[in-house]
Amino acid sequence: MRILGLLDKPSAGSVLFDGVDVTTSEKLRLQARRRMAAVLQKPVLFNTSVYENVVCGLKWRGTDGQKTKKEVNAILEMMELTGYAARPARTLSGGEAQRVVIARALVVRPELLLLDEPAANLDPLSAAKIEEVVWSIIRREKITVVMATHDMSQGQRLADRICVLMDGEIVQSGSAREVFTLPVNRRVAEFVGMENIVDGVVAAVNGGMVVVEVGGREIEAIGDFAAGERVLVCIRPEDITISLSRLSSSARNSLNGRVSWVAQDGPICRVGIDCGFPMVAMVTRKSAVELGLERGKEVFATFKVVSIHVIRHR
Amino acid sequence: MSELWQGLIKAFELIFSFDPEVMRIAGLSLRISITSVAIASILCLPLGALIHFRSFPGKRLLITVVQTFYSVPTVAVGLFVFVLFSRSGPLGGLNLLFTPTVMVIGQALLIMPIMLGMTISALSGVDRTITDSARSLGASTWQTSLVVMREARFAIMAAVVLGFGRAISEVGLAYMVGGNIRGFTRVLTTAISLETSRGDWAMAFALGIILMVIALAVNLILNWVQQKR
Repeated sequence: MRILGLLDKPSAGSVLFDGVDVTTSEKLRLQARRRMAAVLQKPVLFNTSVYENVVCGLKWRGTDGQKTKKEVNAILEMMELTGYAARPARTLSGGEAQRVVIARALVVRPELLLLDEPAANLDPLSAAKIEEVVWSIIRREKITVVMATHDMSQGQRLADRICVLMDGEIVQSGSAREVFTLPVNRRVAEFVGMENIVDGVVAAVNGGMVVVEVGGREIEAIGDFAAGERVLVCIRPEDITISLSRLSSSARNSLNGRVSWVAQDGPICRVGIDCGFPMVAMVTRKSAVELGLERGKEVFATFKVVSIHVIRHR
Repeated sequence: MSELWQGLIKAFELIFSFDPEVMRIAGLSLRISITSVAIASILCLPLGALIHFRSFPGKRLLITVVQTFYSVPTVAVGLFVFVLFSRSGPLGGLNLLFTPTVMVIGQALLIMPIMLGMTISALSGVDRTITDSARSLGASTWQTSLVVMREARFAIMAAVVLGFGRAISEVGLAYMVGGNIRGFTRVLTTAISLETSRGDWAMAFALGIILMVIALAVNLILNWVQQKR
């Protein structure tokens, strides 16, 4: 994020902005920085009034006085900060301060906005509110945004395109759907919340479909693999249905097993099932009670062919 | 004891009757110290900023040397200035020795290290995130420096106040290069020293009280400004 924001120089490679390498001189870096704005991970407000904090980006760009006043007041209103202009910035609460930090970045109408975990240090309520306001502005003004986040659901909710960075390298990029359902390797799979990742061997191939042997059981999945290939089978816990008898639905995989543990997690229950290999499923608390799920109970775990993602073992 | 008490009572009489001699000495003290602080500020604040924002070989060493001079004895600076401006010295032709002007120069030299060093540490005390935030919002190098200086303003002000405190309270240099000439270069500290040795408690007390009041007033103003932030 710091390299993208042209605050740090890359030790290798370059940063292209609109196709132009902007890392070559300080002058180019400054020009490029003035077309973007960043909300850094640890944002700090300058020790002056809210107005002075918000206006500084415009001042530095040499915007004339009359216009700046109008722009600042407009953005303060959008960020629900009307009446805060004269307040000393350091006396604001966390949520208010964060809104000022974002207003300060948005007021310059950047072509590119960098957000580094903009809501990381806020309570969930303030975070949700800020997200709502900021993204409505971003969508309206059509600003390109690069956001760093550890919050999977936030990423899924907001992003058109997701890149997974691991050890300083982009290991996968694509739409939210792609990244979350078709991770390229075990680490990405674990990272995006694929809780069931099991080793298997392709036992049979049948025109786009494969049968994978996992822990002595057979799982049908979609994939283009050769027989005998070692693979990883990934199933999201929320895609598994638990029942007491074999379901006669379109789902081709229905494995019987025994409940090995049940854990409450808010309104849902996580259930560990041993069906030759360990699996985790999710059910609502209500259905857990209705099914009488408890340790040792025999159940069927059913999942569709399309909800299984098979990765070639590396 | 009664002699001391009487001295103290007489001292307040001198102060509240605005005794011309007392007022003249206090006025000169203030004028010399304020002028020397102004000169030192004009030189040290930009220089401190320059040293802080530029990186150059020997920077660390330079800062260490500056810090060493924080505690330079006033008489050592006095000696240096005396030699410099004495009749046979390099600047002897200016005929400035034993004038208020040379006292200003001496005091400015005396407090420059402490003001320079404190300015540098005031600027280093500004969090890196301030610099990052300014740059990420499109500030040029120069604009970023201004932001950092604005953030450090209270700490820089403390440097100025400390310089003033050292200037108005020092005695060795004022004696050596000023000469303690009555009505011309006699300041609070040199006068207190003289009156004490002469046994004029009242005058010494009166001047001492004024010196303390000045110090108190300066600190109160600084505190008030800092609390207003």
